[in-house]
Amino acid sequence: MPERIVVPFGPQHPVLPEPIHLDLVLEDETVVDVVPSIGYIHRGLEKLVTKREYPEFVHVAERICGICSFMHGMAYVQGIEAIMDVEVPDRARYLRTIWAECSRLHSHLLWLGLFADAMGFENLFMRSWQLRESVLDVLEDTTGGRVIQGTCKVGGVRRDIKGEKLSDIQKTLPEFEQQCRDLTDVFLNDESVKYRLGGLGVIGKSEAYDLGAAGPTLRGSGVDWDARCLGYAAYADLDFKPVSHPAGDCYARCAVRLGELFTSIDLINQAVEKMPEGPIDVKVTGAPDGEYFCRVEQPRGEVVHYLKGDGTKHLTRARVRTPTLANIPPLVKMLPGCQLADVPVIVLSIDPCISCTER
Amino acid sequence: MAFLKRSPWLLHYDASSCNGCDIEVLACLTPLYDVERFGIINTGNPKHADILVITGGINELNRDVVENIYEQMPEPKVVVAVGVCAASGGVFRECYNIVGGVDKVIPVDVYVPGCAARPESIIDGIVTALGILEEKRSRMANLTAEKEVARREAEAGS
Amino acid sequence: MTAKEQTIIEIPVTDLLERTRKLHGDGYRLVQIGCTGLAESYEINYSFDKEYRFQNLRITVAPGEEVPSISGIYWGAFVYENEMHDLFGIPVTGMNIDFQGAMIRTGEKHPFSVTRKGEGPCRNA
Repeated sequence: MPERIVVPFGPQHPVLPEPIHLDLVLEDETVVDVVPSIGYIHRGLEKLVTKREYPEFVHVAERICGICSFMHGMAYVQGIEAIMDVEVPDRARYLRTIWAECSRLHSHLLWLGLFADAMGFENLFMRSWQLRESVLDVLEDTTGGRVIQGTCKVGGVRRDIKGEKLSDIQKTLPEFEQQCRDLTDVFLNDESVKYRLGGLGVIGKSEAYDLGAAGPTLRGSGVDWDARCLGYAAYADLDFKPVSHPAGDCYARCAVRLGELFTSIDLINQAVEKMPEGPIDVKVTGAPDGEYFCRVEQPRGEVVHYLKGDGTKHLTRARVRTPTLANIPPLVKMLPGCQLADVPVIVLSIDPCISCTER
Repeated sequence: MAFLKRSPWLLHYDASSCNGCDIEVLACLTPLYDVERFGIINTGNPKHADILVITGGINELNRDVVENIYEQMPEPKVVVAVGVCAASGGVFRECYNIVGGVDKVIPVDVYVPGCAARPESIIDGIVTALGILEEKRSRMANLTAEKEVARREAEAGS
Repeated sequence: MTAKEQTIIEIPVTDLLERTRKLHGDGYRLVQIGCTGLAESYEINYSFDKEYRFQNLRITVAPGEEVPSISGIYWGAFVYENEMHDLFGIPVTGMNIDFQGAMIRTGEKHPFSVTRKGEGPCRNA
């Protein structure tokens, strides 16, 4: 039997923009065991609810993560609205949907770029990020922020997108969709990409489900579970199907995210078409008394915001279970058996967002 | 940018930021902003780096990592703190695990404002840092020259 | 907001493993385990989902009381249980992967513990 050695991976590793640490137990080049350890960016922000009043905590919630920022803000305010029984105006629900889908687009394009970088396809990395800039332009134009939008508030949204701008956004979609198709073609049909990703980091359908995987990691194993089907924001009025892929390998997870680009484009289109007129917010008075688990589908999977209030301005507890935390057990099961050189690609295939995970 | 004589390499470390500034630092390297055309390269090795770009307010665990990276970088070196978290801790300044600002741990030369900092301001911050780097370099060169003169005089005297 | 109901069932700690095993047998997926510090005790929510039906089991434990690990039933539960241990100081017994307090390392031990002494864990900056 070959000798076992432990190779530390991270926290400062060229492939990861964020610090995570893995101890990889190797036999020659093959990984046999993995021990993750986190905490390099733990801030302890859940404790801030005792310092910030509940409407102010939205700003902190948005900064749980700079990539899925809008979704965190949205999940938090939806939780508060559910506890306080606030009926959000329709227009606000639709606007939230548009921004949420724009965030998903930019997050997926960001991931595709990083993923291409991890497998050494520099050109594709640059191309994905170039495409991502056009989504950021829309976000900046409509909210004022590129990555942190700050438009969600308890009771609605802070800004409206006026009619003309809405149709401008819609007009840019066909070209954007075509560019996404070109990108998809490379990711899914390029021989070297296929060779690199196919059969790598496989996790079966029942195993992924049993391990509590979330988002594209779950759907990449053939389970078509998507929290958007719960019908929050405007999703109940819009028509869409969760994207899934049966293979359960890195290629499948990549294909799911590429498929979701088009779902998002379609959802934005539908939301613009159906956009109702009316106010964008309602006045909210009082303080939350009660508890609620708010589940929202983020780019990385289902996020759970558990909020509990006791009738004062400060919540008793805000607990965020982020998708990456749920995807760590599947990752630990995926790695054994792979080659050391494939570790970065497999780690990236769950789209790890460490600042979400550690909060 | 005509004055840019050298090709500075930078090292980016995420010291408990929310990711917002990190992706903007990365965005500087991609086609729209493309700082690589100026010869600025993002490296992963502290010993290759001239500029340390730090995001986030430093937490108890990565404090040592930041100190360590800073120590490993060769002189002259400059530190750019990107975003309000790196300047003061930002929204997280009251969190129990946050030290609150990069300057509590290592000396900072340039502060880039913003939450998240925009790529334009990050590039601006790095350009400012280049000026400081040049100053430090010439000061070091002068110091070496003075030492050399003193050594020769001492030799001549003895 | 969301159309589907959320149920919370309060159970004694001794029933935890049995109820969890039953949910596992019924095809539920573990969504999360989350802990809330109350005045003198901890409330732990175990959330499960099956086809968008959201079920929670809730146990209430006193500081220092041991909680059995459900990682024997749901392998992936270890991340939440280690987190519960590291942040709240709740002793969890029988975890499949026990980090011994090293998964989330904080400057201060068990920052969310209800028995911690001194001023609040957030500083007045």
